[in-house]
Amino acid sequence: MGLETAFGDTILTTTIDKIVNWSRKNSLWPMPFGLACCAIEMMAVVAPRYDLARFGAEVFRFSPRQSDLMIVAGTVTYKMAAVTKKIYDQMPEPKWVIAMGACATSGGIFDTYSTVQGVGEIIPVDIYLPGCPPRPEALIHAVMELQKKISKESVLDDGPE
Amino acid sequence: MPEDSSVVEKRLRDKFPNAILNLKIFKDELTFYIEKDSILEVCRFLRDDEKLAFNFLSDLCGVDTTSLGESNSLEVVYHLYSIKRNHRVRLKVTIPASKPTIKSVTSVWETANWHEREAYDMFGITFEGHPNLTRILTPDGFEGHPLRKDYPLKGRQPDSLRKIYRKAEE
Repeated sequence: MGLETAFGDTILTTTIDKIVNWSRKNSLWPMPFGLACCAIEMMAVVAPRYDLARFGAEVFRFSPRQSDLMIVAGTVTYKMAAVTKKIYDQMPEPKWVIAMGACATSGGIFDTYSTVQGVGEIIPVDIYLPGCPPRPEALIHAVMELQKKISKESVLDDGPE
Repeated sequence: MPEDSSVVEKRLRDKFPNAILNLKIFKDELTFYIEKDSILEVCRFLRDDEKLAFNFLSDLCGVDTTSLGESNSLEVVYHLYSIKRNHRVRLKVTIPASKPTIKSVTSVWETANWHEREAYDMFGITFEGHPNLTRILTPDGFEGHPLRKDYPLKGRQPDSLRKIYRKAEE
């Protein structure tokens, strides 16, 4: 490349998409939305043994305004669904959602009057993570898959339609 | 416990000879079947009497017994505990499923407030005299009472998703 030959290894050229996606995917700020037992596994993921910090996603924020990844961990009831949607709406763009566990993906075993059949019915989901509950490694895998997904995005796609 | 339970029984029978419909003792646990209209007076007596002193309502719940026998009735169950005397008693009241109303005991134990709301929400039991008898577990606009035996086990209520969107925008 022209510039790199001219300036040596003091300069690196890339594309806007690449640098933006790289910084976004390695600095995910999750919004923990623990609704049931899956939340215990989610907590384990942040703790030292599994250590989500290795993937740059250890800063769990309890305010939707400061986070860009919502991890819906557990059974979404109709009573809670409106809150889930509201908090998702409060998160700034760009934002992603992991539906963690059988309940958040499909309602799980709760085919009843009280349970939303998957959080995908009310908010857009990027990664569906199966398991009841999923192992912490599985959640790490979900985060890594999300990172792959983010690296394929383009800044031109950003923002609401 | 057995000698204790006889004290409870004796004092209650002396005070309300007509209110006790039945009495069952199972594993030293005392259960009184109380006549529906006198539940409030019985509860107040159980709390205020010096020897009984049931100052703690540990649980209040509904039971759908419509499929048990021919009774077609619901039950309201009260679990009482005396912190002062360390003894317990259970009260059961049978009410017809066609007209499930009973007096509220919120004036005796404040904690009955949410318990009665739950029983109302799940079984449709109306507690007369309750300060705020609204649904507590199901979302606003929910129809029916899901722990009734005639409520379907599977499926969701129509319009429930639209209600979420409306609520989220408030």
